[in-house]
Amino acid sequence: METLSKNRIWTLRAAFLAFVLIGWELSSGRLASEFFISRPTAIAEQFFVWLVSGTIFYHGVITLSQAVGGFFLGGIIGMCMGVWLGRAALVAEVLDPFIMMFYSLPKVALAPLFVLWFGIGMDMKIYLTATIVFFLVFLNTYTGVRAVSREQIAILKLMGANERHVLFKVVLPSAITWVFTGLRLSVPYALIGSIVGELIASNRGLGYLLANSAGQFDTTGVFAALISIMIMAFFLNALVKLVERKAMPWRDTDADREMSI
Amino acid sequence: MTEYKDQSKMMETARAADPLIAFRNVGKKFVVKGEPLQAVQNIDLDVYAGEILTLVGPSGCGKSTLLNMAAGLFAPTEGEVFYRGKPVQPYNPAVGYMTQSDHLLPWRDVTGNIGIPLEIKGLPKSEIADSVEDLMDTVGLTGFGKSYPNQLSGGMRKRCALARLLAYNPETLLMDEPFAALDALLRMRMQIEIRELCRRLKKTVMFVTHDLDEAVAIGDRCAVFTGRPGTIERIVDVPLAPDRDILQLRKDPKYRELTADLWDVLAPSITEDH
Repeated sequence: METLSKNRIWTLRAAFLAFVLIGWELSSGRLASEFFISRPTAIAEQFFVWLVSGTIFYHGVITLSQAVGGFFLGGIIGMCMGVWLGRAALVAEVLDPFIMMFYSLPKVALAPLFVLWFGIGMDMKIYLTATIVFFLVFLNTYTGVRAVSREQIAILKLMGANERHVLFKVVLPSAITWVFTGLRLSVPYALIGSIVGELIASNRGLGYLLANSAGQFDTTGVFAALISIMIMAFFLNALVKLVERKAMPWRDTDADREMSI
Repeated sequence: MTEYKDQSKMMETARAADPLIAFRNVGKKFVVKGEPLQAVQNIDLDVYAGEILTLVGPSGCGKSTLLNMAAGLFAPTEGEVFYRGKPVQPYNPAVGYMTQSDHLLPWRDVTGNIGIPLEIKGLPKSEIADSVEDLMDTVGLTGFGKSYPNQLSGGMRKRCALARLLAYNPETLLMDEPFAALDALLRMRMQIEIRELCRRLKKTVMFVTHDLDEAVAIGDRCAVFTGRPGTIERIVDVPLAPDRDILQLRKDPKYRELTADLWDVLAPSITEDH
């Protein structure tokens, strides 16, 4: 019964996709100008041309390495700062308004400044991505470290635990859940940082491919670039989910628990 | 009948000795939102080695405050709390604490949770594994070692928290409404198990509850609190056999008489306006 309905869902999904694509194909040149909406067959063709020529991979690798570089740079600094400020109450108190002020700033607004500072190469995108990722991971880690219950710590101390035990057995593991939430939230943002950076100034990467196609009024190219970005984002998210499941096996069991409301 | 004469004799002998925990004219004041709040006052209470003392009273009357002071989580503002004749120091290592929420670590399975005090002690891994195996048998968790807390039922989680408590073998157990969140039948089952276990392991227990039936069923002695500020209204010996059958208590006239008596002490404080 379960598998049957699952098959049914997938059939319906395929039907929906076919409906949209065929509708798009048919309306192109009839209901709307092909110049603006292109057509699925043309986009697929363009995509395969790029796939075969390796264009996708060349630009994809650039975008991906910027996203991954910024992700790790921002993620690691964010984690360390989060743990540190989470434990050092005074520093956190002093820095709090400044951090919140900077946090409220849409980070992509920093892009022009970063171009001035770092030029239009890959490092500028990495720093931009890192800035975005930093705040997400930092705030989550900070919250996670602060969220450890005082009772939990008291119970451990009654068992004879010292500060090191508390940090490694309770504070850090309990923060991991939050850190991962921050990291997972960061993945799409890392890609955004990388691509926005490319849109603003670059001569390589999927963002460049996108902007370049648009600059040449090549709607088909724009859609093909968007699809490449979508596929990359999909795989990145799947990867993070996989890592999360491996790192936090206790979370996995949430799904097969009996539900109680 | 002779049975519990023996018991009261035994209790008397125990009480001739020095108390394990002694509260001497203890009071505790907190500051809540700038307002001073007297949580407890004029507490004189002795807890003797090997007894199960239950503290019963309405919620928020300072019962838990006494446990916290016995554990050394904070000091009293008046009077003094002694453990084995010495003032209680921060984080009294002789006590184990069990609360309503079990505070198991969600990222550790049952084995890992029970073993944590042993890891803190720095025991070798193989020794920890052996002790944890034994403890799981003791509390009835055999076969659940690989389960994570969120896969366990409420009762199982309590057993796990209890095993963790027993792992470092503290001589005194402080229990703060540990079974409050359980359904009535499961709670009774845990009462039976905990009383049997504590007697077998010769633990001294301070057990806080707001349930009078539970207080009488589990306790060797029972202290009735009224609040606020929390004061001890009465301390009674529970005239029931040490190996009482908790399942059959509601048919026991002595049990009914005592709960009715204590209810008269407790009842006025329930509707009192604080």
